[in-house]
Amino acid sequence: MAVRDILTHPSACLKQIAEPVSVFDQSLQQLLVDIEDTLALAPGCVGIAAPQIGTSQRVIMTAVKESSGGRGRQVLINPEIVSHEGQVSGREGCLSVPDFTGNVVRAVDIVVRAQDSDGQQQLFEFSGFEARVVQHEIDHLDGLLFLDRLVSRRHDLFRRKVYSTKD
Amino acid sequence: MAKKWYMLTMVGRDRPGIVSHVTAALYDGGCNLGEATMARLGGNFTIMLMVQFDGKRQALINQIEPVVQSMGLHVNIDSINAELHHHLIPDVRITVYGADRLGIVAQVTTALTEAGLNILGLESDVAGTVEQPIYVMTIEGVASEGIASLQAVLDIMSGKGIETSLSAIETMIG
Repeated sequence: MAVRDILTHPSACLKQIAEPVSVFDQSLQQLLVDIEDTLALAPGCVGIAAPQIGTSQRVIMTAVKESSGGRGRQVLINPEIVSHEGQVSGREGCLSVPDFTGNVVRAVDIVVRAQDSDGQQQLFEFSGFEARVVQHEIDHLDGLLFLDRLVSRRHDLFRRKVYSTKD
Repeated sequence: MAKKWYMLTMVGRDRPGIVSHVTAALYDGGCNLGEATMARLGGNFTIMLMVQFDGKRQALINQIEPVVQSMGLHVNIDSINAELHHHLIPDVRITVYGADRLGIVAQVTTALTEAGLNILGLESDVAGTVEQPIYVMTIEGVASEGIASLQAVLDIMSGKGIETSLSAIETMIG
């Protein structure tokens, strides 16, 4: 178990293109444990990308609870968005950019091709909030922060889609 | 001793170059800038600007006086406490629009405040035409007593010449 420090801007690791994972070995499993441990101790955080803890590899983990319409903890290795649909603006923040939140336009529905922790390739469908998390984390693999995609708070053309919520 | 923070408020007829001239004068005077909001309201230039400065208020006034004169601005400077790095995150956004009439803002914000809303940001525009102005207001804030109580208030107000909508802001932290 290892909780790692989360890198904050400015950091070279956050602005570079991460390397694809080609070997699914013990060190990858250790990285996944570190990501999970770090995520577990980050309050309110629903996703982490490996570059945020200093490993420039194409690995992300999301953790959107089932009660929020997500699939719980999900590892995506070498993820690629193969199709997307719709656009919606929503508020984002980032552990790597403390004390700032801003509006970002993301696709509503995405299909992602990725490998699991054993290297098996799969297609995943994500929607809404969870799709936003996946897009935010994949951006980290390409050296992009949500700051690179901010849209104006004033005259925000995209109303947030209201998902079915049970009070 | 740490530099003091001031809130610089400026108003004037809008023209190109105000921001660059003002900030250049502040930079020349050794000022550090903090958070700022500039808006064009009814054709007027307005800015609220946090300025960190070594000297007294009068010295800051003297520093920007030439640009203030040349740009035709009115200035107010207040000494402030700078609570940086403690942003509150809004969890609700409310939009209100309707035919422009007296009292919309007071009615809506009074009712929302009583229902637990802490307003963090408010922006409004007068759209439409001279004959038929439309007032459009967007509020972001923290619903300290939950969103349902705010929605209940808006439901009562809607239809009396104004339209309202409320949406939760779910901030994703990744």
